[in-house]
Amino acid sequence: MSALQHFFAMGGYAAYVWPAYALFFAVLVADTVAPRLRRRRVLTELRARLARQSARQERKPPSTPASP
Amino acid sequence: MSSWIPLWLHKLGSPPTFYRFAGTLQPWATALALLLGVVGLYGGLVLAPADYQQGDAYRIIFIHVPSAWMSMFIYGVMGVASFIALVWRIKLAEVVAMESAPIGAAFTFITLVTGSLWGKPMWGTWWTWDARLTSELVLLFLFLGVIGLYHAFEDRRQGARAAAFLAIIGIINVPIVHFSVNWWNTLHQGSTVNVFGPSKISGAMLWPLLTVTLATKFYYVASLCRRARTDLLDLESGKDWVRRIAEDEAGR
Repeated sequence: MSALQHFFAMGGYAAYVWPAYALFFAVLVADTVAPRLRRRRVLTELRARLARQSARQERKPPSTPASP
Repeated sequence: MSSWIPLWLHKLGSPPTFYRFAGTLQPWATALALLLGVVGLYGGLVLAPADYQQGDAYRIIFIHVPSAWMSMFIYGVMGVASFIALVWRIKLAEVVAMESAPIGAAFTFITLVTGSLWGKPMWGTWWTWDARLTSELVLLFLFLGVIGLYHAFEDRRQGARAAAFLAIIGIINVPIVHFSVNWWNTLHQGSTVNVFGPSKISGAMLWPLLTVTLATKFYYVASLCRRARTDLLDLESGKDWVRRIAEDEAGR
C-alpha cells in the first residue's frame, strides 16, 4: 500500500474520520457563505428602495406652487 | 458612562466605526484561521502518531475538541454581550450576541456529529444519554432557542432583548457541560488537556490540537465580523452611511 493510500485508509477508520472532517468544513463554509448572501440581498433591497424613492420624487414636483 | 473606559471604545460602539473596524479585522482573522488550520490539521492528520488504543480513529479529536471548546466559548461571549445589551442598551452588544448564536450553534452541531462519528467505532454506539452528551445537546437547543426567540418578534431590538434574557439564563448550562464528566461517572472520558496541572496527552498530539483551537478562535472572530457587518447594514439601512455603501457598491 502506498503512503497516500495508507493515509486515506486511516487505519481502517476512514468511514468515520473523513465524514467528520467533511462535515466540519461543510458547516463552516455554509456559515461563511450565509452572511455574504444576506449582505448582497440587503444592499439590493436598499438600492431598489432608494430608486423607488427618487422615482416618486421626480413624478411629484415639489408642493410649492409652480405656476401663478 | 465611567471615564475609565477609553474614548476609542466608545467610538467603536458606533455602527459605522465598528463596520469599518470589522472590515479591516476580518481578512486578517480569516488568513490566520486558514494558516493555523492548515498547519494544525497537517500536524494532526499526518505528523502525529496513531493512538496505541484507538488507532487512527482518535484523529477526530483535532476537530471535535476545538469545536466543543468553541461551543462553550461562544456561549460565554454571547452571555456577556447579552448582559451588556440588557444593562446598557448598546446596539452593538445586541448585534454581537445575536450574531454569535448561529456560529455557536454551528460549532455545537459539529461537536455532536463528530462525537457521534467517533463514538460509533470506539463505544459501539452513535448516541447515549451520557451527561456530557446530553448537556451539549441542551447547549445546541439553547443556541437554537436564542435564534428562534430573536426572530419571533416583529421589532428586531425587542427580539434581541428577549433572546438576550434567555441567553443569560442558559449560561448556567456552560459549567454543567464542563464539569459533567467529573460530576457524573458516565461514558464520556474526562478532560485530557488541563490548564492547571499536566495534560494527559503526548506533545506530538497536543500542539496540533492547540493550533486548531487557535484557528477556530480566529475563525469565530472572522465570522462574527462578517455577520455583524451584514447585520449592521440591515439594522441601519435607513441611515446615510449605509446608503453611501449601497451606492458605492452598485457598480460592482
